Amino acid sequence: MPIRYAAALTAASFAWPAVAADLSLKVEIPRLGVAEYHRPYVAIWIEKPDQSFVGNLAVWYDIKLRNNEGTKWLKDMRAWWRKSGRELNMPVDGLSGATRAPGEHTVQFGAGSALGRLAPGEYQVVLEAAREVGGRELVKVPFVWPPKGSTTTQASGQHELGAVSVTVKP
Amino acid sequence: MKNATLRHRVLALAATAAMAALSMSAAHAHRAWLLPSGTIYSGQQPWVSVDAAISNDIFYYEHNAAALDNLVVTGPDGQPVQAENAAKGRYRSMFDVKLEQQGTYRLALVSDGLIASYKVGNETKRARGSAESLAKEIPADATELRVSQNSNRVETFVTRGAPTTAALKPTGRGIELVPVTHPNDLVEGETATFRFLDNGQPAANYAATVILAGLRYRSELGEMRLTTDANGEIRVKWPAAGMYWLNVAPARAPAQGAPMAGGPGAAPAAPSGPAGTLAEPVRRSNYSLTLEVLPK
Repeated sequence: MPIRYAAALTAASFAWPAVAADLSLKVEIPRLGVAEYHRPYVAIWIEKPDQSFVGNLAVWYDIKLRNNEGTKWLKDMRAWWRKSGRELNMPVDGLSGATRAPGEHTVQFGAGSALGRLAPGEYQVVLEAAREVGGRELVKVPFVWPPKGSTTTQASGQHELGAVSVTVKP
Repeated sequence: MKNATLRHRVLALAATAAMAALSMSAAHAHRAWLLPSGTIYSGQQPWVSVDAAISNDIFYYEHNAAALDNLVVTGPDGQPVQAENAAKGRYRSMFDVKLEQQGTYRLALVSDGLIASYKVGNETKRARGSAESLAKEIPADATELRVSQNSNRVETFVTRGAPTTAALKPTGRGIELVPVTHPNDLVEGETATFRFLDNGQPAANYAATVILAGLRYRSELGEMRLTTDANGEIRVKWPAAGMYWLNVAPARAPAQGAPMAGGPGAAPAAPSGPAGTLAEPVRRSNYSLTLEVLPK
């Protein structure tokens, strides 16, 4: 018991409680009644309120195509491509993931992600979706890091993305 | 109302360089251009496909195909790249480039030669070539000899992955772009700065014209006319995403783009204005650039 107590004290004395805090992202990929439907490519990243890039959280694309051919359309997530994508050599471990089907998806990011290196301040999570033979859309959701308590912020897309909510908790 | 809005939007191209009130140049001002299928690429084996033409309208091929004899493709490593599938149609030429390297490619039609006009008896003749070939071709009894040296460059840039600048290194011949803002990093609402050199020297006080594609679907040209500053620079705030045609020429030369030497069956344009000689031709330079501006 005394040992456990000491360990807790040490952890609490660190200024950045980055180890414990996490960010949970809920995103709705709308079901679209279109003749030709492809799951959207989605890039998720963190930027400052002035839109400067901070770090990537995830990139969902067609990772199963042979010869990495899915990377051909990564440029269609134009904002992300310019800020970060064009500098990367995909796939990137911990970042690349498969496209998601229409419906609601929840993804969790912790200290192992870009959050682990985040200085205290205001940020926004940006989701950019681009769909083959479809459209492109960006949704931005603000959050404050590190979180003082559990906080949820929400936003919604108009066509390529549905409701998006970001919950940060210590 | 609709027209006024459009005019406002197109003319709203902000420029810190002084606006130049150039008189409209000659009615036969054809425009030379390369139109790439895209300017930004990702993936394993991207190819760009390019149309090359000389036309009145921009990016609609309705006059002549451009000759590809002088096509120069430079890869991101600064080395020449072979274009593939080159073909010439009635109104347009086309070629493909396989983008094997990461970085920026420079695609250019470069011509730099002498054009002469002279009279033998009452007959006016025209010829083009080098000083040596023209000296042989033009008879000794020719009169009213006028010779100009025409440096024309028609180009565009294409990037796979992140933009690089090795291919943009100036060659020192004709008008060239120095990328203060990279030509493959242009976004609606942002301001780009481009610097131009002519034979390696700042192209100061040159006339620059910027026109958004899609003339067919609007009633006004909505061109932006700029003058390069002492450094040869212009600044352009992009009012809308799209393909743009940019032309730079010395202020007194036609700013609309001289006809490309080498169009099919095209007689070389007769030099007009001051008469040059084979030893001291009148120098003319012209530069046309296709740029893609992406949405925010």
